[in-house]
Amino acid sequence: MSPVFYILAAITLAGGLAAVVLKRLVHCALAVTAAFAGLALLYLQLDAQFVAFAQILVYIGAVAILIVFAILLTRGSDLPKEGVFSRTWFVGLVIAAAVFAVLAWTVVQSLRGVPQQTAVPAVAVRDIGNMLVGRYVLPLEIVALLLTAATIGAVIAAMHQKEGRQ
Amino acid sequence: MNGFASPLAGYLLVAALLFAIGLAGALTRRNAILVLIGIELMLNAANLNLIAFWRFGPHPEALTGMMFAIFSIAVAAAEAAVGLGLVISIYRHTHTAELDKINRLKG
Amino acid sequence: MTTTPASVTADQIFILLRDWLAGFLPAGLRTAADVVLGVIAIVAVFPALFALTTVFERKGLGRMQNRLGPNRVGPYGLFQPIADGIKALIKEDVVPLRADTVVHFLAPLTLVVAVFMEFAVLPMGRNMALVDMDAGLLFFFAMSASTELSVFMAGWSSRNKYSLLGAMRAIAQMISYEVVLVLSSISVVMIAGSLKLTKIVAEQNQYSGQFPHWYVFTPWGVAAALMYAIAATAETNRSPFDLPEGESELVAGYHTEYSGFKFALFFLGEYLAMFAISGLGVTLFLGGWSAPLQSLNVIPSWVWFFAKVMLCIFVFIWVRGTVPRLRQDQLMNFAWKFVLPFTLLDLVVTALWRFMGQGWLRWIVCTLILAAAYVLMGRFGLREERMGRRSYRYAE
Repeated sequence: MSPVFYILAAITLAGGLAAVVLKRLVHCALAVTAAFAGLALLYLQLDAQFVAFAQILVYIGAVAILIVFAILLTRGSDLPKEGVFSRTWFVGLVIAAAVFAVLAWTVVQSLRGVPQQTAVPAVAVRDIGNMLVGRYVLPLEIVALLLTAATIGAVIAAMHQKEGRQ
Repeated sequence: MNGFASPLAGYLLVAALLFAIGLAGALTRRNAILVLIGIELMLNAANLNLIAFWRFGPHPEALTGMMFAIFSIAVAAAEAAVGLGLVISIYRHTHTAELDKINRLKG
Repeated sequence: MTTTPASVTADQIFILLRDWLAGFLPAGLRTAADVVLGVIAIVAVFPALFALTTVFERKGLGRMQNRLGPNRVGPYGLFQPIADGIKALIKEDVVPLRADTVVHFLAPLTLVVAVFMEFAVLPMGRNMALVDMDAGLLFFFAMSASTELSVFMAGWSSRNKYSLLGAMRAIAQMISYEVVLVLSSISVVMIAGSLKLTKIVAEQNQYSGQFPHWYVFTPWGVAAALMYAIAATAETNRSPFDLPEGESELVAGYHTEYSGFKFALFFLGEYLAMFAISGLGVTLFLGGWSAPLQSLNVIPSWVWFFAKVMLCIFVFIWVRGTVPRLRQDQLMNFAWKFVLPFTLLDLVVTALWRFMGQGWLRWIVCTLILAAAYVLMGRFGLREERMGRRSYRYAE
C-alpha cells in the first residue's frame, strides 16, 4: 500500500464523516464534495481515468450543486433548534456499526483469496466507447430513457410551480 | 495473514467504512437532504468497490466493473435530481425538511 | 514539409530549453523536473498574459467608448497592471463580521487552483501539452465544472444578499450553458474519434493545397463553434451574459464582500478561465497550434496558438463593448429554447456528415439543414421572447 493511498483514503473518509456530523447543512454539502474529490483521486490511483473525471463532472459539477440549491430552497442553511440528530440516533448508529462490522469481517476473512498486485490494465477511452455502443448498448439506451424521464419530470415540476404562483 | 499488504483489501475496507458512515448519516440525521447525502455516500462506496474489483479482478480488459460504475454514476445523478426535487416539493407542502416533523400520516 | 532546422528549433524552443534545464539533474529526477518546469511555465505565462490583457481590454474598451483608457503609468499606460497589483496587495483584507471565515478564505483559492488545472491538458504548441491525457477533454470539463462550487462558496459565505443572489445567478447560468459547451465539443469528438486534445489538433493539422482542415471550415463546425462561443461567453460570465455581476443591480455579484488580494484572485481566476476556454475553443475548432496556411508553418506553432487565443480574447472584448446585457429570463430562454436544441441538431448533422462519404453532396445537405434550422428556430423558437421595438416615453 502506498502512502498516497492512505492520504486519499483519509481525505475521503474525513470528508464523509464531516458530512454526516457537521451541524450546518452547507458545511455538510462542502464536506461531501471533499469526499467525492477524494474518491475521484482514488479512482485515478486505480487507473480508472475516465471514471475519475466522470465522477468529478457528475458529482462535484452537478450533484453537489443540486444539493446546495436544495439546501437554500428549503432554508436549510439556518440551524434547527432541536438539534440535528433524530431521537432514534443511537439505533441508527448501532445498525451502521453492525453493518461495518459484518463488511469488515467479510473482507478480512476472505483476505487469503484476494489477488496481489496485478499488472496495470491498458484501457483506452476508445475501448470504453466501443463497449458502451457494443456489448452494453441496451443498458445505455435504458439510462438514456431514464435521464429523459428525469428531465421531463423536472420540466413538469417547474411548470407546476409556475402555475401555482400565478 | 499477509492480506493487509494486498491493495484490494485496503480499498474494500475504505469502501466498507464509507458505506457505514453514509448509512449512519442516513439513519441518524433529521434533515431529508442529509439523508440524501448519506445515500450518495453509500452509492459512492459501492462504486469504489466496483472499480477496485475491476482493477484487481482476473479480466480487467472485459471492463465489466467499470461499466457498472459508469452506469451507476449516471443513475445516481438522476436519483439525486429526483430525490432533491421530492424534498423541495415536500418542503412546499409542509414547510419543513425535518423528517421528524413530517408525521401527518401517523395514527 | 520544407521547414529548415532553424525553424524547427524555434518551434521546439521551450521543449529544448526544458530538456536542457532538466539535463543538470540526475536521470531519476528528470521526469519530475519536466513536470515541475511545465507547471512553472504555465503559472508564469498565463498571469503575465492576464496582466497584459487587462490593459488591452481597458484600452480597447476605451477606444470603443471614445475615451482614452489608462495612460498614466508607464508608456501608453502599459505598467498599469503593476500599479493595480501593488494596490491589491497593500489593501486591507476585509472579511464581513458574520461571514463564514474558513469558506470565505477557501473560495478564491479553490477557484484559481481548479482554473489553473485546466491548462494542463491544452496543447499550446507541437509537443507542448503538459499532460497528454487520453481523456483530456473530459478532464478539462471536470475542472471547469468544479469552479462552480467555488462561486457558491464565495456567495454563501459572505452573508450578503447581493453575493448570494449573484452566486445563484452565476451557478444557474453556468450549469445551463455548460450543457451546451459539452455538447458542442462532442461533435468534434465524433469526427476526430478521440478525447485526446493532441489527437484532435493532429487531425486538423492537415492541408489540402494551402488550406488547413480546421473543423470551423465545415458546416457542422461553424455551427458548433458559434454555439461554443456563445456558451463560453456565458460560462466565463462575460458581457452580454454578465448578470452574475451586473453592477447596476448586484453591486459586484458573488465577490461583493471580497477585497484586496482575494478579490485580485477572483479577477485572475475569471481571466484565466477566459484564456482556458479560448484555448480549448482554439484547439477544438481553429486547429490548435497549426498554421492557417501551409506556407506559414515556418512560424513556430506556439506563436499561432497564442495568437489565436488573443484573437478570441479580442472578440470577447469586442462583444463586451458592443452588446447590451441580457435579462435573466432572456438568458435562460435563449439557452434552453435556442442554443441547446440547435446544438443537439448539430450533433445529428455531424453524424450525417460523418456517414455521407467524401462528396460535395454532404456540404449542401448539411449547410441547408443547419441554415433552415437556424432561421426557423430564431424566428419561431424565440417568438415569445422577441423584444418589441424600444419605445421612448418622452419622444411620443
